[in-house]
Amino acid sequence: MADRKAALARQFIEAIPHSRALGMMLSEIGDGVAEISMPYDARFVGDPKTGVIHGGAVSALMDTCGGAAVMSHPNAPAGTATIDLRIDYMRSATPGQTIRARATCYHITRSVAFVRAVAMDDDEDRPVASATGSFTVEQAPGAKV
Amino acid sequence: MSRPRPEPVQVVKQRRDAALKALVEGVPYIQYLGIAFDRHGDELTATLRFDEKLIGNPLLPAIHGGVTAAFLEVTAIIELSWSILWDEIESGRIDAEKLDPTTLPRMPRTIGFTVDYLRSGLPRDAYARARVNRSGRRYASVHVEAWQDNRDRLMAQATGHFLMPTPDG
Repeated sequence: MADRKAALARQFIEAIPHSRALGMMLSEIGDGVAEISMPYDARFVGDPKTGVIHGGAVSALMDTCGGAAVMSHPNAPAGTATIDLRIDYMRSATPGQTIRARATCYHITRSVAFVRAVAMDDDEDRPVASATGSFTVEQAPGAKV
Repeated sequence: MSRPRPEPVQVVKQRRDAALKALVEGVPYIQYLGIAFDRHGDELTATLRFDEKLIGNPLLPAIHGGVTAAFLEVTAIIELSWSILWDEIESGRIDAEKLDPTTLPRMPRTIGFTVDYLRSGLPRDAYARARVNRSGRRYASVHVEAWQDNRDRLMAQATGHFLMPTPDG
């Protein structure tokens, strides 16, 4: 069941047009945890003087990863949408390096899922950004709640 | 009493439009998402032109939450940079005609950004306006709202805190 859930979540995440456009790759999913990486791309630069990736692209990565974590949770919903997302930027991502986000769905109710996430580049001891968010829990039609 | 004649309208417009163009066109990610800015006086309105690559949920379909967050963050940063740049070009300290991505002042850096998703993003254009609520020497606080068909029915809103650029970069 958990495997089937993870497979479904993987299928769904990999079909998202915007995630594909940003080159996101799902490296781990299951039991409310997801890990997605986004290779460096000059098109996503936010500050042309430094070549640092735009915060918005990191937000998109965090949001996708958070949604994936929710969908892979054992009590999980058929679908989900972001209610709110807060991101703290601790430092600039190093230009040229892949950014990797890891999200955990640490609590889920019948209607809301709560997520924590962190984004790293090659220096894993110094995260680039951290996020917390809440997501909707959409029940499948006819599901017992 | 006499006062200097006001500048001709085309001189004012050319200066301001050149500064805005330099600010927006220098950022690859803004071009990638397809965001454009309209200016009325000093007021900016951002437009996110709809494109298939912005879709997050193909079943609905709906705009990706990450795109909405990015759109709001781009609008907030440009509004804040614009408010800094405005005084510089209007006072003549910076020559707008000579601005390009290499001579622009540094951009503010995001410290924290909080997005509230109020309605799902429909597959059509979206608009956003930001307001700088506080702009200090080191920090600034910016609020931004996005909508689609109806200005009073917000698609999303966000508040961000930013680290102001220092003159020496």
